[in-house]
Amino acid sequence: MSSFDDNNKERLRSVSVDLNNDASLLIDIPDALCERDKVKFTVHTKTTLSSFQKPEFSVPRQHEDFIWLHDTLVETEDYAGLIIPPAPPKPDFESPREKMHKLGEGEATMTKEEYTKMKQELEAEYLAVFKKTVQVHEVFLQRLSSHPILSKDRNFQIFLEYDQDLSVRRKNAKEMFGGFFKNMVKSADEVLIAGVKEVDDFFEQEKTFLLDYFSKIKDATAKAEKMTRSHKNIADDYIRLSATLNSLSAEESTANKKTLDHISDLFEKLRKVEGRVASDEELKLTELLRYYMRDIQAAKDLLYRRARALADYENSNKALDKARLKGKDVSQAEEHQQRCLQKFDNLSESGKKELNNRLG
Amino acid sequence: MDDLSAEPPSSQTEKSAASSSPEEFVDLTNNLESAESKVEAEISSPEPSDDFFDILGSETQKVEVEASVKADSGEVSIGVTDLPGGKTGSEQGTSSAAPIINLNADFSDNNQQPSRVENKTNDPLAQVLSDTPAADPKKPSSAVLDLFEDDGSDIFTGTPQTKPASQPQKGLFGEPDEDLFGEPLGAMSKKTTENEVKSSTTKAAGPASSTGGAQQDRKSTEPADIFTEEAVTTVPRTSNTSTVNSKANGVHSEEDLFTEATVELSLDSPRSGRKKEETSKPSASSSSSSLSAPAKQAKQPPAALEELEDEEEAEKEDQFDVFISVKDPEKVGESLLPGYFFFFFNSQTSLPMFRNKLMTVRRRFSDFLGLYEKLSEKHGPNGLIVPPPPEKSILGMTKVKVGKEDSSSADFLERRRGALERYLQRVVNHPMLLQDPDVREFLEKEELPRAVSTQALSGAGFLKMINKATDAVNKMTIKMNESDAWFEEKLQEVESADQHFRKLHALVESLVVHRKELSLNTANFAKSAAMLGSAEDNTALSRALSQLAEVEDKIEQLHQDQAANDTFSFAELIADYIRLLGAVRGSFDHRIKAWQRWQDGQAMLQKKRETEAKLLWANKPDKLQQAKDEIVEWEAKVTQFERDFERVSATVRKEVIRFEKQRTNNFRRQITKYLESLLQSQQQLIKYWEAFLPEAKAIA
Repeated sequence: MSSFDDNNKERLRSVSVDLNNDASLLIDIPDALCERDKVKFTVHTKTTLSSFQKPEFSVPRQHEDFIWLHDTLVETEDYAGLIIPPAPPKPDFESPREKMHKLGEGEATMTKEEYTKMKQELEAEYLAVFKKTVQVHEVFLQRLSSHPILSKDRNFQIFLEYDQDLSVRRKNAKEMFGGFFKNMVKSADEVLIAGVKEVDDFFEQEKTFLLDYFSKIKDATAKAEKMTRSHKNIADDYIRLSATLNSLSAEESTANKKTLDHISDLFEKLRKVEGRVASDEELKLTELLRYYMRDIQAAKDLLYRRARALADYENSNKALDKARLKGKDVSQAEEHQQRCLQKFDNLSESGKKELNNRLG
Repeated sequence: MDDLSAEPPSSQTEKSAASSSPEEFVDLTNNLESAESKVEAEISSPEPSDDFFDILGSETQKVEVEASVKADSGEVSIGVTDLPGGKTGSEQGTSSAAPIINLNADFSDNNQQPSRVENKTNDPLAQVLSDTPAADPKKPSSAVLDLFEDDGSDIFTGTPQTKPASQPQKGLFGEPDEDLFGEPLGAMSKKTTENEVKSSTTKAAGPASSTGGAQQDRKSTEPADIFTEEAVTTVPRTSNTSTVNSKANGVHSEEDLFTEATVELSLDSPRSGRKKEETSKPSASSSSSSLSAPAKQAKQPPAALEELEDEEEAEKEDQFDVFISVKDPEKVGESLLPGYFFFFFNSQTSLPMFRNKLMTVRRRFSDFLGLYEKLSEKHGPNGLIVPPPPEKSILGMTKVKVGKEDSSSADFLERRRGALERYLQRVVNHPMLLQDPDVREFLEKEELPRAVSTQALSGAGFLKMINKATDAVNKMTIKMNESDAWFEEKLQEVESADQHFRKLHALVESLVVHRKELSLNTANFAKSAAMLGSAEDNTALSRALSQLAEVEDKIEQLHQDQAANDTFSFAELIADYIRLLGAVRGSFDHRIKAWQRWQDGQAMLQKKRETEAKLLWANKPDKLQQAKDEIVEWEAKVTQFERDFERVSATVRKEVIRFEKQRTNNFRRQITKYLESLLQSQQQLIKYWEAFLPEAKAIA
C-alpha cells in the first residue's frame, strides 16, 4: 500500500504546492469548528497585496459562504472564459453520525471491548471526514488565490477580509428548485448546442477529451468509493473477529488459549492495517479522483459557456443577415453581432489559455 | 519360503509380545520411529524425532553405525540397501537362497536358543543393524556367515537385505517379501488376538534386545524383515535394544513391529501398495505408534502421506490409520429431482481388517448421513462423541442441481466435499468407531443400500423432528443436580464455546462476503482505471494509471483467493467445530439421559419397596413374594442403570478429553495453515505494490 500512498501523496502535494506558489496571497484554514450541521471554518490570510487593509487576518466562514463565493464568480460575465474552481462539496457528517447511532443501538449485542473499538473506529472516520472537508475548502480558496484574475476579484477579497459574519442569504427552496431547473436547461441546452458546428479544432478535441475523461473518472471515482467501503467493511469484520476470538480465548482453558490470543491480536493488527488502507484510499485515491472530477466538470462548464457564446454569435449573425435583408435595425444587429463575436473570441482565448494551463 | 517357515515362530513370538503393556509398546514405537527416522535421514529425508535419541540411545548409536555401514556398503549396493549391501557383500559369494536359509536356520536357532542369541546377537546385531555384516569391518563376511549359522544377527542381516533394497530383495527374496508379509501378518493378527504374551515376552526380554536390534535394522530398511525377524526375534532377539525390545514385547509389540515393518517398506521399496498391505494388516489395533510409523512411510507415497507427515510432526496421536480423500463429486441424473451427486472417495489404510489397502467407492451424500444415523444410534447412548456430518442444505443443493456451472455451486460442492472428507476422517480416526462394522462396510462395500431416513421431510425425518423436540423439552424439564463438578464445568465451557464459535462463524462468513465484494469492486476499479488510463493524454500518467489497473487486477485475484481461503480453511473449520460441539453436547445429553434412567429406576425401586411394606403390613403373603421378586429385579436394574451411568460418564469424560486434545491440535494446525495463507497473500500484495512503486515515481 505504501507505494500507492506515496503516489497519491505526491500528486496531492503537487496540487497544493502549485497553488500556493504566489507568496503575495497565502490562505489557509487552520481551524474549524463543527456545530451541529454547520461547520465554521477559520480562514486565515496572509498577504502583501495593497488591496487588503491588513497584511494578516482571520475571518470565520461557513460552508454556505464558500458556495456563495463560487456562485457569484460563476455568474460574473467577465469570468465566463475562466475555469472557475469547483465549489467544495457539502460536508457530509451524516453517515458517520448515522453509524454512530446504529452502533449505539447495537451496543447490547457486543462486548464492551468490541463496542469501544467500533466507536473508536467511527470517531476516526468522523475525524477523517472533517479533515477532508477542511482540506477541500482550503484547496478551493487556494486555487482562487493563485489564479491571476480571480484573485483580484472583489467578492473574493470581501470574502477573505470582511471580519463579520457574511450572513449570505441562504438559498431558499425556490432558488434550490431554480438551480435544479437551470441545470436541466443547461444540459438540454448542451445537447442543442452540440449541433452547432465547432470552428476550432482545439476546442473540438478538448471537448471530446473532457467528456470522455469525465465519464471515466466519474466511473473510477464511484468504483474507488465502493472499494474503499469494502475495505472498511473488512476492517470492521476484523474488529469483531478479534473481539470474538478474545472472548473465546477468555473461556478457553486448553492450550489453545494462547493461540487464540495470538490470533485475536493478529486480527486486531490486521484491522489496523485494513483500516489504514481504507482511510488512505478514501483520502488519497478517492478524494483525488473526486477532486479531478469536479475540476473537469468546471472545465466542461467553461466549454459550455464558450459553446453558448458561439451559438449566440451564430444567432446574431443570422439576425444580422435578416436585418440586412429587411433593411432595418441593421446597425443594432451589427452591434449585437460584434458583441457576440467579441465575447466569443474572448472566451475562446481565455478558455484556451485556461485549458492549456490545466494540462500543463 | 524359508521365511515362511520362520514366520510361524514369529507369529508365536508376536503373540507373546502382544500381551505386553502399551507403554512398552510406545517405547518400541519410539525406538522404531527413531530408528526409522534415522534411517530415513540417512537414506532420504531426515526427520529425527526427539524421542529417538533418548529412548534409543543405544539404537541411535546403532543407527549411526548403520549409516557408516551404509556408506561403506553404499559402494557395494545402493542407498537403502545398505544392509543388504553389507549382506550382499558378505553373501555375494553365497546365493540369495543361501542367506534365506541361513536366516531360517537362525530363526530357529534364535527361537531355540534365545539366551545365546542374545549375547551374541547383541554385538553382532549392533553391527548387523548398522548394516551389520558388510559394513562392520570386524565381521563383514566371516562374521556374517557365522551369524547366519548361529545367530539372530544372521537373520537380521538376511532380513535386512530383503527389506532394504528392492534390488537385494529381488535377489534374495524375489517373492519372499510378500510371502513373509502375508504370512507373518496373518500370524501376527492371530497372535494379536491372543494375549498370552507375557511369558513369551519374558522370554523375549533377553531375545527382545536382539529383536530390538533387529527391529532397528528393519526400521532402517526392511519391513518384511521385521516381521520375520519379529517372529523370530520375539524370542531370540539380542539385547541391543533390550529395553526397547522388552517394551515392544510388552503389549503391542506386534503393532510396533508392523509399524516398523511398514516404515521399512516405505523406505525400502517405494511401492506403496505393498506397504499399505503390510501396514493394513498389522495395524489393526491402530495404535498411535503404528500410525506414526505409517506417517513416516508416507513421505514416499505422495499426497496423503505428506499430510500424515505434517500431522505427525504436530502430533503423533493424530495420525491416522486410514486416510480418506473425497474426490470430485459427480452429478447423476439429468433433471432437477432425481439428480444427486456421487462423491468418490479413496481410503488408504494400513489396517489389516480391511481387505484392500486402497479402496475407492462412491457414495451419495445421503449415505454419509445414513452412516451418521447408524453410528449415533449405536454409539451415542454410550457417550461416544460421534462426529457429525455436514448438514443437508436443500437450498444449496437445489441451486447446484438447477444451476449451471456457476461459481457459487462449485463453491458449495467444494465445501461439501471438504466437509465430508473431514467428517469421514474423523470417524476413522476414532479408535472405537473404526471398529464398527458399519464404518467398514461404508468404506469397503461397492454398493450400499440406499439410506432412506435422510430425506429432509420424509416420515422418518418428521419423527426425528418430534423426537428432537421432546428431547429438547426433556432437557429443559430434567433438572439434573450435577454430582460431578467436572461435567458441569465442561458443559458450560462447551456451551459458551459453541456460542462463540457460532458468532465467529457468522463473522467469518460476513468477512468472506465482504472480501468477495472487495474483490469485485477492485476488479471494477481496475477496469475503470484502465479506461481512465487510456483516456489520459499525459503519457506518464496514463502509463501509471494502466499500471495501477494491472496491479488492482492482480489484487483482485488475490482477494478472491483469500476469500476462498477464508471460506475453506477458516469458516469451514469453525463450522466443523460448531457441529462437533453439538455432538459433544449430545453426548452430555446422553449422559443425562442415563442418569435419568437411573433416577427413574431408583424411584421405581422405592415404589416397589413401599408396596412391599404395604403388603407386609396388609399381610398378603402371596403378593409379597411377587413384590419381593420385583424388588430384586429392580434392584438389579438400578445397579445396572447406575453402572450404565458410570460407564457413560467415564466414556463421555474420556471422549471429551480426547476431543479437546484433538481440537487443540487440529485447530492450531488449521489456523496455522490459514494464517500462512493470509501471510502469503499479504506478502504478495506488498510485492505487487512494490513493483508498482517505480511506475508511480516515474510520474513525478
